[in-house]
Amino acid sequence: MATNPAQAADAQESDEAGARPPLPSGVVAFVKRDCPTCELVAPVLATLAKRVPLTVYTQDDPGFPEALAPVDDTELAVSWQHGIEAVPTLLRVESGREVERAVGWHREEWEALSGVEGLGPGLPALRPGCGSLSVDPAHAPALRARFEGGRLRARRVALSSLEDEMEIAFERGWSDGLPVVPPTEARVLAMLDGTDRDPQDVVATVPPDLVPCTVEKVAINAVMAGCRPEYLPVVLTAVEAACTDAFNVHGLLATTMSAGPVLIVNGPIRRRIGMNSGKNVFGQGNRANSTIGRALQFVVRNVGGGRPGDVDRATLGNPGKVGFCFAEDEEGSPWTPLATDFGLEAGTNAVTLFPGEGPRTIVDQLSREPESLSRSFAAALRSMLSPKMALAFDVVLVVSPEHARIYREAGWSKEDLRAKLHALTLMPGDELVRGAGGIAEGLPEGVRGQSIPKFRPDGIHIVHAGGGAGLFSAIIPGWANGAMGSQTVCRAID
Amino acid sequence: MTILLDPTSERVPAARERAARLAAIEGRTIGLLDIAKMRGDVFLDRLEERLAERGAKVLRFKKPTFTKPAPIDLRQEIAERCDAVVEALAD
Repeated sequence: MATNPAQAADAQESDEAGARPPLPSGVVAFVKRDCPTCELVAPVLATLAKRVPLTVYTQDDPGFPEALAPVDDTELAVSWQHGIEAVPTLLRVESGREVERAVGWHREEWEALSGVEGLGPGLPALRPGCGSLSVDPAHAPALRARFEGGRLRARRVALSSLEDEMEIAFERGWSDGLPVVPPTEARVLAMLDGTDRDPQDVVATVPPDLVPCTVEKVAINAVMAGCRPEYLPVVLTAVEAACTDAFNVHGLLATTMSAGPVLIVNGPIRRRIGMNSGKNVFGQGNRANSTIGRALQFVVRNVGGGRPGDVDRATLGNPGKVGFCFAEDEEGSPWTPLATDFGLEAGTNAVTLFPGEGPRTIVDQLSREPESLSRSFAAALRSMLSPKMALAFDVVLVVSPEHARIYREAGWSKEDLRAKLHALTLMPGDELVRGAGGIAEGLPEGVRGQSIPKFRPDGIHIVHAGGGAGLFSAIIPGWANGAMGSQTVCRAID
Repeated sequence: MTILLDPTSERVPAARERAARLAAIEGRTIGLLDIAKMRGDVFLDRLEERLAERGAKVLRFKKPTFTKPAPIDLRQEIAERCDAVVEALAD
């Protein structure tokens, strides 16, 4: 690679880390023919070559500049390894190590760097260069995979020429039934830009197989789910939260009930990554909402080994098990964010995991007073999952803006609403007992004569979300709560 | 060649697992798929005799050409009608 064997030896000796290919000592230039500034300074380089040891690396045309015996860097390896962002770039190299850099043509800088005066007398004093091919989007991802792929430890799966990369995830059981983005080295490296964490850091031990899961494995699954790199911190936190003993994602997976992890995101990150907290908040159409929850499900499926029909024993399941994630509308809310109910400060980036099933709508278009609307909510809440069962299941009540306005105007805090809902969902034990109402399902005889709360004291979570028009709110029912099931877990996003 | 990163716990081999083997041949339907290479039929004729001796019902199939994967219709027909298939390569 060097023009002079002595220089090359010199450079190799000094390449202690071995991370970068060595550079020959003296002055080193990176150029490409497809750059008018490089063409402009070709005579200057010829002048320099007579005065100082000069090595020119050429990115596109191995014959450019003529008569300077340029080193062929059309593979862009040297340019990439030395972080060349524009051409021409001039380096001064001592003992194989870069000690000074000038980018573009700048006479004073070139003279100072090379120690040669009077360079390019007929040229303008400065002229910016062009983008280095090594950072061109057409080349950079492949270069990155080539030179940084060693950071990735996951097993490589080589596809034969007959295999369609879009089919492979189905054939190997990696998919939830929808297409996935093929997790190439380049895509996974780009995904890892979304975090400062080391790819080999263990994020969590993932059930049901209890597999230690690295940041890299999460990133691979996030790529497949369709996430962008900036979503990765949310996914990592969700994986951590899901794999706690409290959230018990193993039980949630294995249950015959319909629920799965529901992710609710708070904090400025919602807007930074473009999440939807408004119209169609539970629906399709927003990439972050659609892919973050899916990435968590992929980690459970692929790393944890939890698959439908296997450890996942759901009788019915729900469409949200492909991935159910949304953001709270904090800006339009009369109340503090959900995460503050778990002790975090407002404005903290956080993800709350609730073990829930699909949302069901509560319609109330006539209530204009909080008492009336709360009774509507309570009536729906009492029948949740079973009108004859109590205390077994928690709930997320998602209050939409038009309903929330009624509480705002009446000055009701979230705690006021929660207390009212607890009071209104107290049920006479006589109505809940087995056989009451002609329904065999119900609570044991001991509840007769008592008032039984539908929900545990911390079993009603209230979130503000949805579009600005429509007097509808929603219930997201949970599954078995407490120590025998899942606790709702809220975590700050790193 | 496309290289993908394995998203799994890597506890099972990267190669696809084989289909489960039949516990017994008697009374089962065995497909014999001739990939259309020369003399594959010689081999499969003999295989059919041996399978029939052991009580299997044998169905014969043939790919249009050995140079391409079996057409989807053929694969589906085999999957629908057979408990197992033997694909014969010969020359």
